[in-house]
Amino acid sequence: MATTNSAASEKKEVAVIVPVESRNPYTLFIRPILHEVAMLARFCALFFKEVFAPPYELKELIRQCFLIGYKSFPLVAITGFIMGLVLTIQSRPTLAQFGAESWLPAMVAVSIIREIGPVITALIFAGKAGSGIGAELASMKVTEQIDAMEVSGINPFKYLVVTRIIASTFMLPLLVIASDAVSLYGAYIGVNLKGDVSFQLFFLKVFEKLSFSDLFPAVIKTFFFGFMVALISCYKGYNSNKGTVGVGESANASVVLASLSIFILDMIAVQLTSLIT
Amino acid sequence: MKDCVIEITHVKKSFGSNCVLADISLNLQKGENLVILGKSGSGKSVLIKCLVGLIPIDEGNIRVFNQDLSALNAHELNALRRKIGFLFQSAALYDSMTVRENLEFPLRISKTINNTERDALVTEALKNVGLETVIDKLPSELSGGMRKRVGLARTLILKPELILYDEPTTGLDPITAGEISELILEIQKKYNTSSVIITHDVECARKVANRIIIIKDGAPVATGTFAQLSESEDAWIRSFFNKN
Repeated sequence: MATTNSAASEKKEVAVIVPVESRNPYTLFIRPILHEVAMLARFCALFFKEVFAPPYELKELIRQCFLIGYKSFPLVAITGFIMGLVLTIQSRPTLAQFGAESWLPAMVAVSIIREIGPVITALIFAGKAGSGIGAELASMKVTEQIDAMEVSGINPFKYLVVTRIIASTFMLPLLVIASDAVSLYGAYIGVNLKGDVSFQLFFLKVFEKLSFSDLFPAVIKTFFFGFMVALISCYKGYNSNKGTVGVGESANASVVLASLSIFILDMIAVQLTSLIT
Repeated sequence: MKDCVIEITHVKKSFGSNCVLADISLNLQKGENLVILGKSGSGKSVLIKCLVGLIPIDEGNIRVFNQDLSALNAHELNALRRKIGFLFQSAALYDSMTVRENLEFPLRISKTINNTERDALVTEALKNVGLETVIDKLPSELSGGMRKRVGLARTLILKPELILYDEPTTGLDPITAGEISELILEIQKKYNTSSVIITHDVECARKVANRIIIIKDGAPVATGTFAQLSESEDAWIRSFFNKN
């Protein structure tokens, strides 16, 4: 009995001793982040190595375009419509104070095309497609489906990761363009809630103030958003290793990190655009 | 003298400080059914995954079909893997694909197979496991035993020379487990395959084994036929066979 007590107290002592190294902020926070960034960079490098090498999984790529792009369209369209409508309703009182209500279509259009449309659509996309990719790949990893592909002599990275990243990279810009169009229609409805502006006049005012330099950088940056959403989601799902808990964690981390990366990329894109123009 | 299909020499594998495979050496002869018995966590599944290069080993040497796994590049390893069938513990069927698509998936590499041949191979593989009727069903619509059979059919479709079974009867009722064991024997006879069967199901081992190796704490402790091992002088080995 005495021995048992002594062993228990020894265990307690061991439990309260925290090595100095583990209290170091570098060890606690910075090193894991740097490690994760390095692993993500390695994953990205592997993507670029595999993407140009045959065989090309065209059938799976088309399937992913359908799942990631087409199936996200209803959600993106509804969000875009509400975005345009709400933005117009919220902006009207401020513009009315300055007697500049006639600027409403142009102001809303520039806001949507340049910034709000791409960022909000990318965030919605990260929530829908990103979490889906993260959870699906993590689930495949947990249930040994990825291992099964590997032992069949098929490259799972090429089949699962490369196709999803390409599909996401090319589908998001299309979704953003579609979302922008629906948003402008929502804005047109919003303008007409407290006014009477014809469809032709509304879009005449919109395109009067919109230029190619508004649209081009906004669309270009969405390719990077799409790439980053899928890259992070695939990375998180493909490297999941904690059973069913890991599936939830991967889906969650995919959305959080992809959303964060969208804001970071947007900040860089805005800086670059302002430098160029 | 039979050909040696697998030759494992002093293989060691650790995950951090956890030593899973301590020092394993064994071999598998052509046409032989080798059962590896052991308690849960004794390193059986890790060993079988090392055999196809899914988990890299720390020390030692693994030769499969006279090829050193550590010396192969990715392309050569994939070519070797096509000669090996692997039945996973959970069957590992692709959830988003039907049974037909699951079976066709390993055939996608082969460019010489046309659609008619592909259909014939799928039908034959399903016929071998007695499940021709589920061809258009999704894995989620199948029972555990059916999933195992479809997994086995997918394994057979490339006509492997070596089949690795990871716990083929785990989670199944005794009748279905018995059917799977019978199926393993049938496949061995029909295709003259060599097999490594990882299990802790003694009844399965009794039915299918030509030779049994018992693993304890990542190292082999006994080898022999079912009859020899079940009459072993070692109490621990005997207890494995429910004999005191």
